[in-house]
Formats: sequence, C-alpha cells, structure tokens
Amino acid sequence: MTKREEFAAAAKARILIKDGPYGTEIQRAKLSPEDYAGDTGLNHDQKGNNDLVNLTQPQVIRKICDSYIDAGAHILATNTFNANRISQADYGAEGLVREINVSAARIIREAVDEASAKDGIPRFVAGAVGPTNKTLSLSPDVEDPGFREVDFDTIVDVYREQCAALIEGGADFILVETVFDTLNCKAAIMAVKQLERELDTDIPLMISLTLTDLSGRNLSGHTVEAFWYTVRHAKPLTIGLNCSFGAEQLRTHVQLLSDIADTYLMAYPNAGLPNDLGEYDELPETTASLTRFWAENRRINALGGCCGSTPDHIAAMARAVEGVTPRTVPEIDANMQLAGLEPFTIAA
Amino acid sequence: MSDLSTARFVNIGERTNVTGSARFKKLIMAGDYETAVEVAREQVENGAQIIDVNMDEGLLDAKHAMTTFLKLIAAEPDIARVPVMIDSSKFDVIEAGLKCVSGKPIVNSISMKEGEEPFLEHARICRDYGAAVVVMAFDETGQADTKARKVEICSRAYDLLVGIGFPPEDIIFDPNIFAVATGIEEHDRYGLDFLEAVAEIKRRCPKAKTSGGLSNLSFSFRGNETVRRAMHSVFLYHAIPAGLDMAIVNAGQLDVYDQIDPELREACEDVILMRRPDATERLIDLAESYRGKSGADEKAAEEWRGWDVKRRLEHALVKGIDAHVVADTEEARQQFARPIEVIEGPLMDGMNVVGDLFGSGKMFLPQVVKSARVMKKAVAHLIPFIEASKEPGAKAKGTIIMATVKGDVHDIGKNIVGVVLQCNGYEVVDLGVMVPWSQILAAANENQADMIGLSGLITPSLDEMVTVAQEMQGAKMTMPLLIGGATTSKVHTALRIDPAYEGPVIHVLDASRAVGVASRLLSDTQRDDFVTDTAGEYVKVRKAREGQSKSVLLSLEEARANFCDVYLSDKAAPPLQPGRHVFPDWDLAELRDYFDWTPFFRAWELHGTYPKILDDEVVGETATQLFADANAMLDRIISEKWLTARGVCGFWPCARDQDDITLHLDSGHVTLPFLRQQVKKSRDRANMCLADFIDPAGDWMGGFAVGIHGIDPHSERFRADKDDYSDILLKALADRFAEAFAERLHQYVRTDLWGYAPHEQLTNQALIKEEYRGIRPAPGYPACPDHSLKPILFDLLDAPKNAGLTLTESFAMWPTAAVSGFYFAHPESEYFGVARIGRDQLEDYAERRDVDLATAERWLRPNLD
Repeated sequence: MTKREEFAAAAKARILIKDGPYGTEIQRAKLSPEDYAGDTGLNHDQKGNNDLVNLTQPQVIRKICDSYIDAGAHILATNTFNANRISQADYGAEGLVREINVSAARIIREAVDEASAKDGIPRFVAGAVGPTNKTLSLSPDVEDPGFREVDFDTIVDVYREQCAALIEGGADFILVETVFDTLNCKAAIMAVKQLERELDTDIPLMISLTLTDLSGRNLSGHTVEAFWYTVRHAKPLTIGLNCSFGAEQLRTHVQLLSDIADTYLMAYPNAGLPNDLGEYDELPETTASLTRFWAENRRINALGGCCGSTPDHIAAMARAVEGVTPRTVPEIDANMQLAGLEPFTIAA
Repeated sequence: MSDLSTARFVNIGERTNVTGSARFKKLIMAGDYETAVEVAREQVENGAQIIDVNMDEGLLDAKHAMTTFLKLIAAEPDIARVPVMIDSSKFDVIEAGLKCVSGKPIVNSISMKEGEEPFLEHARICRDYGAAVVVMAFDETGQADTKARKVEICSRAYDLLVGIGFPPEDIIFDPNIFAVATGIEEHDRYGLDFLEAVAEIKRRCPKAKTSGGLSNLSFSFRGNETVRRAMHSVFLYHAIPAGLDMAIVNAGQLDVYDQIDPELREACEDVILMRRPDATERLIDLAESYRGKSGADEKAAEEWRGWDVKRRLEHALVKGIDAHVVADTEEARQQFARPIEVIEGPLMDGMNVVGDLFGSGKMFLPQVVKSARVMKKAVAHLIPFIEASKEPGAKAKGTIIMATVKGDVHDIGKNIVGVVLQCNGYEVVDLGVMVPWSQILAAANENQADMIGLSGLITPSLDEMVTVAQEMQGAKMTMPLLIGGATTSKVHTALRIDPAYEGPVIHVLDASRAVGVASRLLSDTQRDDFVTDTAGEYVKVRKAREGQSKSVLLSLEEARANFCDVYLSDKAAPPLQPGRHVFPDWDLAELRDYFDWTPFFRAWELHGTYPKILDDEVVGETATQLFADANAMLDRIISEKWLTARGVCGFWPCARDQDDITLHLDSGHVTLPFLRQQVKKSRDRANMCLADFIDPAGDWMGGFAVGIHGIDPHSERFRADKDDYSDILLKALADRFAEAFAERLHQYVRTDLWGYAPHEQLTNQALIKEEYRGIRPAPGYPACPDHSLKPILFDLLDAPKNAGLTLTESFAMWPTAAVSGFYFAHPESEYFGVARIGRDQLEDYAERRDVDLATAERWLRPNLD
C-alpha cells in the first residue's frame, strides 16, 4: 500500500487525530540558551529557536511527540514550522536547515514506528512547513504596492530545501500549514512538484489555510472557496484550516470547505481565543465538545490542535470523537473553477 | 455559492490588452501604470468577469510589463477579486506572469505549433502553477482553418493533455475565429466552420470549454462600427447555443440581437452561416449605407441619379445629400453661360424649397443644416470659376455680422443661426467666439453689414451685450442689433439692451425665427412696421415691469432666520477617499451610456423627450435620422479616440458659517460665500441657501470640474470641408460627453470615492431624473448664480493642471464642453433657484467677498432686477 492508500484506509475507519503544537511544550522544558545552541557553535543567541531543538535536544522533542501519541494522535507533525532558510537566517542558523529537518523527521519517524509496532495502530509523519515570514502577494511598503520583498523562485527554492530534508528524514507527507498568503502556498506546491519529479516519487500534500478575519479570508485576501480552487491542482491528501480562531469561530468555514472539497478535511483550531493576557484558557473539554459537533455533523476527517492546545486537549478531542463516523469525501463533478480573491466558476 | 460567481457565458474584457486597446497600450508604453490600473478597475466595475492582460508589443519588455502590472493589480482588492487571463504568445512571459498571480488564472495560450513535446511541457508547467489553459487550434503545419482541422487538432490536444493527467475541466479550446466577408471565396466558410467545430469539440472533449477572439471576425469592416457590432452580436447569438463558453470581446462592441436592424441582421447571418453565395457582396453593399448615412437614401440613389441636373441639385439640397454635389454642380456649370447662374438658378431654387419647407414646419433644423452643407460645397466649387471670369459674386440678400461676445465661448446656437441664414441667401460674417465689441463694430463697418447678431450662453454675457449696444450707440451706428442665446430673453433685451441703443434691437427666440427677422429688417415694405412694433412691445414690457407688484422680499436677517433646517445628524460620513482625484482619460464608450439625449435634440430645436421623440408624429423622422448620424459619429469618436475626457474632483472638510461655507484645508481656510433666497415664502417653506446643507459643527463637501478635449482638429477639418452639420453635431456631442462625465463622476463619487451610497444602483433614466442622494450645483446656475465662484473652485481643484480647463474673464470654461460644480451629500440637499435678492444681501455679499459694491452688482445683476 502506498502512504496515500494507508491514510485512506485509516481515515475510512475513524476520525483521525492530529497532534498539537510544540512551542508551549518546549517552553515548559525551560531550556537555557546553551541547551538551545548545543554544540552547533552558532554565535547568535538561539533561545527561542524551537526548530534548532530538533538537532540539539532531540530527547525533548521525542518526549513531546510521545505525549501526543499517548493522547491518541495518529498524525504527528514535525517541529519544523520555522525550519526554513528565511526564518533561520534570523538566528544565523540558515546553514543548518537540512540537518534540523532531517533530525526533526527522524525523531517523529522513530517515535511513530515504535508505537505502531507495539499496538498496530497506523500513524503518519507529517513534515510541517510554515509560511515563512515573507509574502509573495503583498508589498511591505504601502507607498509602493508593486514592490515584493522576495520572488516566487526564491520561495520555491526555500521550500524545496526544507521539504527535501523532511522527506530524507522519513516524513510521509508534507504539511503546508498556516497559509496566510495563497501565492506562498502555490510556491510550496511547486517545490513539492519539482521534488517529486527529482525523486520520482509521490509526495502527498496536506494543505492548511489560516484565516485572518471572521468573514473568512486569509491575509492575501482569498476566500475559503477561492483558496480551494487555487490549490486543488495539487491533489492534496487533506485540505483544511488551522490556527485562525477557536473552533467556535471556525465552524462555518469548516462547513463550507467540507461541502466543496473532494478530498479529506483536516482542521486544527486554536484552543479558543486568547484572553486579555494573550493566554489560551479554553478547557480541553470545551474544545472537545465544540469539535465533536463538527464530527457529529460529518464535517471532518482529521482533527487536532493549534495554539494553546496541550496533550490534554488532544486526548479530550480523541475521546470526544471516538466511534463517530468520519466525513464521507464528496464526489464532485468539477466544472471550470477559477479564482481571483473570489471564486468564479463556469457552468458546464 | 452565489449565482453571480457562476457564469454560463463569459465576456472576457480586452481593455487591459495592448493589442486590443490603443489607450491601454499608450499608457503602458508611457509607463503610466497608475492609470493603467484604473483601466482594469473600470473594466471590473463594469462587469468584466475575467480580465485579459496582454503586453505583447514589440517595443515593450513584455515580461517586465506583465509582472509589474500583475503585481500592481494584486494590491487592488476590487480588481484582484476576479480571475486573470495571462495572455501572451511568448511562454516565458506567461510563466513570469504565473509567478505573480495568487488565484487560479487562465493561460492564453499554448499550442502544438512547435510539436507535441513543447506543448506538453508548457501544459505541465501551467498545471504545476494551477492554471487553466487556452489551447489554440494550431499544430506543426499551421493554424486550423476548416472544421475538420479544428476538430482534429483540438481532439488530439485533448487526448494528449488528459493523457498526462491534465484536468479536462481546465482546458479551453480556441478554434480560431477568422475574418469573413473578405471577398476571398475560401474565407466564406470560416464563420460556419467555427460554429460547427465548437459543437463537435464540445461533444468530442468532455468538460473542455471553448473560446474565441471575436474582433477578428469583422476585420474586413474596420471603421464601420455598426456592421462590426452587428456581426459580433449575430455570431455570438449562434455560437453560444453551439457551445461557445467565453469570448474575448469589447462588451461595448455588442448590440442586442433583437435590436439590430433586421436587414443588416439578416445580411450578417447570411455571411456567418453562409446561407447564400452572394452573401458577402450583399453585406458589403449594405455596409456602405451604415457609414453614417441612412440606408433609405442609398436605395433611392439609383432613381434620382437619373433625373436632370437641376432636379438632382434640388433633390440633393432638400435631402442634404452631399455625395454627388460637386459633380452635379460641375455638370450644371457647363450647361450655363456663366458660373454665377448656377448659384442664382438651380442652387437658389433648391434653397428656396428648403426655406419654404422649414418656414412651414415641414423641415427641421438638422435637415436644414445638412442642406447648407450641400449648398456650401456647391458654391465652393463655383467660386474659382466666378473669380476667374472676374464677375461680381452672387448678390446676397444681406450681410450679417455674427459673434459670441467677449468672455463667452459657446457657439453651437450661433453656428446654427449662421447656417440657417446662409441657407436663405444671406451672407454671414462669423467672427467666432470671445469677440470684443471693438472687433464687432469694425467688422460691421468693413463689410458694410446690414445687421449685427450677438450670441451668448452664460449670464455675464448679458452685460457684455449691453456694452456692445452702448458702443454702437457711441459710434452713432443705426443698423439693427439681433440678440440671441440661451440666457437672453425678451425681458432682458427690453429692460437693459434696447434702452442702450437707439437703433432697432430685436431679441430672436431661436434659429427658426432668424430668417423671418432678417428678411423683415431688410424688406423695404415691412421694415418700419416691424421695428416700430418690436420697440413698442419692449416699451410695454418695461412699463409692465415698473407697475408690476414685485414679489415681496424679506430682509436678509429674516431670510436667514427662515433657513432650511436640515436634520444634521443625517449628514454623510466623511469621504472614504478624501483629497483630490484626477481622471486624465475617462473611457468615452462608458460615458456614452450616460448620455441624456433630450437636451441634445433641444440644441437642434427638436422639442420632445428622448426616447419618445424618435416616434414623434411631427419630428420623429428627423429626430431618428439625427440620432443615427449622432450615433455613427459617436462610434468614430470612440473607436478613433477623437476626444479625451479629463476631470478632477476633490473633497474638503468644512463647516457652515451663516451663509458661508468655510473649508478647512491644510493650507488654511477657504471661504465659499453662497446666496440665500429672499423672496417671501408661503407656508412653511424655507429661504434656502446651499450653506444650509452643511453642519456648522463640521462636515464635508466636494467639487469637480470635467472637460472634453480634442475637438479643434476635427472641427477645423469639418469646417474646411464646408461641413457645418458635422461640426455642430460634434460640438453638441462633446457637450453631451461633458454632461455624461459629470453624471458618471458624481455616481462614482457617491458609490466609491465619497462612498456614502455604495449600493446605489440606478438606471440612466433614474440618474437623469436625479433620483440619487445629494446634488452637484454649478456656479452660474440657479442655486449659486454667481459665476465668480468658479475661480475659487478651480483653485481648489487646480483644474487648469488636472483637467486642462481655464476660465475666461466672464468665467466661461474653456474648452467649451465642460461642467463644474460643488458636491453636497446631505440627503435633504436639493436644487433651488436663489431668484431675486435685496440690496442688503448685495451689500453683505460684497463685504463677504471683499469686493466693491459695483463689482458685486455686476456679478449678481441677473438676481437684482
């Protein structure tokens, strides 16, 4: 069975559980600047470079991964949200991009393989790719709307370097997450296409959009529908939404996407909205009951947590959707679907 | 999903295509991307569902232009909301474009021109970017022309694409629309081949779409917009049911199928569907009659061309047909002993018929002006022969000096009167516009004129006419003075001009009266009675005026106390886009849809409301012909870009201060003083002043100035060709463009720039009826009758720089086709007339404007009598 087929078989049997975030869990480990830097010899202060921890303190990552596996997660993402050349350049660590990603994927691969060997439950490694901190669609200079900080080819190269290393380290899929700029996402798709051709292998994509306003658009202005039309050519294994807001605010957008996307749907919202101190205080049971509602309405194939979620949240969600029938992927007889910021279709 | 986002047939806008739009090309070549972006915006606002962007121009760095433009429109959410079609014949330009487009675009186009391998490589790249593709029916041996080749190539391309996993729903075939009716027999089938191929391709290739570039079809009728539009519409009418899904087309270049002249429609259908062997010939023949002339004239042609030359000349004059007049005049000249006899004989006879028909109301101004065109051409042909024979020219019935007075630039009415008089055998010495009195008097003496005719449109011209009268008196002249023009009146002539000059002063109500007035003034028997009667009438007017119980005026204080107390909390929110907005070249094709035609007909002294006037029992036929001529000229004005619509508008924070509005600008305060009604009102009606619509605690107002540029070379060309008809037509249309621009800009202000009525959706009819919220009163018109506010407005807008408009010393705008005014947004704001005001307000106003009393009196004179 190919990985696509394995995923399909697992997703047919149950609503799959994706893990939660690494950032807060790493903070809890209270690492010193020296712990972060390890023996890399990097000059910059590496405190806060959570991606470097894959390389310097792999046991910390492994422990977090195990806690999510124990909570019931089937889809385990690598801790590589910022493990790309652009973001790592802020730490002077751009030379370590390959090593960080290879190590990150290996840690999760080993944890997953060991667990599945014990209980026979299928689990998957998703190589997580963040959006970088540069946008291809927007000018950072309001006076010069035609200006761009980076170009498409540069972003393609950045993604390709990271994806190649994640696959090398053993990732099953590439998870393009927290997409705030649709054109960045298209560059990520292009990078994976190039890699597939180079390696002569199928690299399934998971694509996850993040919304920046409640009306349902991302930062580059695309509606959920327009976004789906724009990335559908990637034939992603899953499409979905993450981060954005809490489950409550994300509900209508999950529902919309669930109707129009002829592929698996994965959503992993934040644990509610942050409180006045910027902290997430939604209780695991609350998150779980909100997402159970999606499950019961058969809107969802995979469920997980983003900002503010803990292994407890993941465990609560896993319990909440236990035994609930997963969403059936609709068969859609697609006509010509085009998109600007808004969708446009031409009837048959 | 809303219905709006799903289309059955898609018009793809071609205005951001350098090969399809001369204007866009000019902007891109000049590097004016800011305005180019506006073109895209207008296109989307006008309903384009997809915009085609093409930068294929030899002198351009197409890659750079494509990426620059695409990045700029990506920053405009109201443009970027629709999908883009990246259009280039160079694949590297396409790929550069794909790297800048964030949604799902269409690539136009790829083909098998260079074989299967490059074709599939390009398709793969497009797929990796997630783009749909247009596939041209083109293979290694060339472009597909026949149905069989079109179907064969498209089928082969389809199989190849689907074979590499290209989604069939992302394929669009362009099976090549070629020019028909070219006169080459092999081209006759092109239309039909396309239609049949589309149907077959749709059947053979599930989910694929079809498209075509429509303008090719009518290529052999370049310059004949009527026929081109009809062909495009007829073609789509048949192509859409056959399965055509989209077309690149100028939406302005389409007519409603049912509204196409049935004869033309049938001829187009014959050609496109190849229904008869002589279809092309017939369409070409028919097309000729749509070059600005009526079909009926052409059909009658064979018949009247067989008549003898005298009758032919008369017919040409009465019908206003100038096509053969030079040849006919020459033929007549050879029959007569002396060339002058042609003028005194058949030409004058013909013009007498015209004069009689006009006098008895059986012919109307537009036809008379056309007749004059024929007459002028005939005379122009004869003059060299007359001069060569050293004979005196034809004796005119009389010589009339005509002028638009100093400070005024309006001349449509004056030109019409001049033409009518010429038609009737008078010699007209036209001094043009902005003519000072000294020049008028000098010309009268020099030409031994029989009378002087003065014209003017704006109120300050009334004073200037009084000046001319006074100077004629000073020069002890005795010849009659004729007064005409929109603001002139019998009352004003009687009260102010007649007393200034001892010679006869006659107010001429409209052009149709001019001949009667002139002939009586030159008649030995009628002159004295006519002059005495008219003078007597004016005395009566003056007496009546003296004895008339004038409407009661309130004191200014009382009037102010009875101000219009609008509900201030209803005031509009501040503008979404404050500051100044400059529009260097508004799309004329769009403005055409905003025409208010009724005043156009009025300018030609055809009275009635459009569109009913076209079916009017009396003037309907003339109005219809005039309307057809106007539309034919509009087609050319737009397609050949004769004119440029330039405009500017701005919004300023302000507050009401009694009858002033004080604008708070960065550079300081500017005061706009307005006038208040003082006539005592019945019941609860207020004594209005525009300032009443502004909140004293802080508010916003706006202003605008628009003008139509570029008339002169065309006007000169027409005049050189003795074609007064086209000259007057052009000027009347330029006026319509200016008014339409003011209307359209006001709408854009309401929905977007100020944005207080973003969802307004009104038909043109409703716009004409002013069913929108807010007003745009113009200085010099009843609500703010003082023309001298224009310089302040022009300064605020920097109108000379931003709209190319200047003011004469009487505050007339130049060029003439121009409109300016203020914007008030309060829902209760409305138009009113200030009417008569008292001395107290005059004195108060002089103080507010900081001018001496005499100046204020001059400015406000129309409101003081």
